[in-house]
Amino acid sequence: MKIFVCIKRVPHTATKLRMAPDETGSPSRSIQTQGVEFTMSPYDEIALAEAVRLKEEAGSGEIVAVSVGDDSSLVILRTALAMGADSAIHVRAETPTGLELDGFQISTALAGLLREKSFDLICFGRLAVDDQSSQVGTMTARLLGVPSVADVIKVEAAEGSLRLHHTVEGKVEVVECKLPAVMTAQKGLAEPRYPAIKQILMAKKKPCETIEAEVPEPALETISLEPPPARSPGRIVGEGAEAVPELLRLLTEEAKVI
Amino acid sequence: MGTSILVYLESSDGEIKKPSLETLGTARRLASAGEGEVNAVILGKGAAELAAGLSGVQRTFVQSSELFDSFQLNETADAVGEAVRETGATIILLAGTSTGRELGGALAADLGTCVAADAINISLTDGALTVTRPTYAGKALLTVRFRKLPAVVTLRPNVFAPEPDGEVSSNVVTLPEPTGELRSRVVDTVTLETTKQDLTEAEIIVSGGRGLKGPENFQILESLAETLGAVVGASRAVCDAGWRPHSDQVGQTGKTVSPRLYVACGISGAIQHLAGMSSSKFIVAINKDPSAPIFQVADYGIVGDLFEVVPALETELKKQGIGVT
Repeated sequence: MKIFVCIKRVPHTATKLRMAPDETGSPSRSIQTQGVEFTMSPYDEIALAEAVRLKEEAGSGEIVAVSVGDDSSLVILRTALAMGADSAIHVRAETPTGLELDGFQISTALAGLLREKSFDLICFGRLAVDDQSSQVGTMTARLLGVPSVADVIKVEAAEGSLRLHHTVEGKVEVVECKLPAVMTAQKGLAEPRYPAIKQILMAKKKPCETIEAEVPEPALETISLEPPPARSPGRIVGEGAEAVPELLRLLTEEAKVI
Repeated sequence: MGTSILVYLESSDGEIKKPSLETLGTARRLASAGEGEVNAVILGKGAAELAAGLSGVQRTFVQSSELFDSFQLNETADAVGEAVRETGATIILLAGTSTGRELGGALAADLGTCVAADAINISLTDGALTVTRPTYAGKALLTVRFRKLPAVVTLRPNVFAPEPDGEVSSNVVTLPEPTGELRSRVVDTVTLETTKQDLTEAEIIVSGGRGLKGPENFQILESLAETLGAVVGASRAVCDAGWRPHSDQVGQTGKTVSPRLYVACGISGAIQHLAGMSSSKFIVAINKDPSAPIFQVADYGIVGDLFEVVPALETELKKQGIGVT
């Protein structure tokens, strides 16, 4: 089975975000990246771990890690190689504004690459923890004309097809899906395997090619990126079970939420 | 000519789902501001009956093929695409549910545009569509404008006002039955015992963290949730420990939620958890540690042992006759 795993570089989820000031005095449109630790999006790590598991289970196969973005994407591609990908492709794309590429731009770049390749399965994380649109997997599948299943928590491989267990609106559905196909990984699908030094060193010898992306005009124009309005300071109603009647009074009379 | 808006409405058990009613309400408000029209799509069992009861909708496109009894992404996108062509819709609105998000991606791919996902604010001025949406699980709010139409937008559940009752006015149009080979099909559906409703759609969430001390103790949260008509959520720590399924996780690496009321029990409030729940309308925190970061975002806090406070809360609710049961 030939599996592509599409990964994205994102700020670590423990990051406290600061907005980058705009030189023209307009509202901020991006985050301050200085001092921010970047990683592979956690769901992408799960997708990659599952691809490695499927390859091991089958006893053969090939895993290609792909990332769309500027040269900083190379770092997470190296990580993916250390985590079990056999080769990597960097689809190089930079926006003239330095702002993030939108989902359609990324999907178009990916579909452009993947149309030229043969594949059985393309794996994504269910969403990137920065932009959180969860659209690139489905969009890429639609552009390629292959079926896609989102939020997968279990994969059972069969000849020419997969049985994919995925969460949808509070239920688990089992979908029989012909290959080639796209799936997006939900938590619980697989445990990310963090590489040891030996794998990190071996990864340096694995092939990593760069191709230039063909990216359409952005569909969206960024107006501003701002911190959410601060929540007005709350109050401690009291201590222990004795505070419960007062809490209920506040919820029913002041907040009117129950 | 005004703007033509198309909404995709999800239904279950013979009713249109609440996030979809919110979507319809939003579409009607946008349309009335711009002298536009609203059309709708409903697929699956009972679609025609539901369509006949809609108000403020010009035409509702239906198809109740058995195929749509479960969600079929490609066939659904084809059907909605047909309605887009029929109506000349330039704005496609969907609920920000898991179905809406998937379908949005497929429709945007067909239309050569991007999805503005999980909108919490949407406005249409002189034909320009502007959307505000949380990113980084709510650590930041991003405002974007579509450079051109068509546009595809999903709306975060529990944020927009639902469709008010009005004069029934929809014309029902039947879409052709899907043909062609199915590349994927649902073979089984399992309802999770612990989940009655998806967390992202829940109006009240009772959530537990490490303070619960063990998976068996979530029983007291389940019981409180039942009294309140709430859904139980959990922190990353307890999902990673296997106490709760990953689908219950609230936070940046789990679900981002905006319920009317979020009750955090024994959750200290890590940055990634706060990101996922701080857009809740009201937050109650119950925690032993008065310096826990969760108290910084909570509207009301009780410092104390959750094993005493939570059952006391449930008893008091029942005593006062508040709740669903």
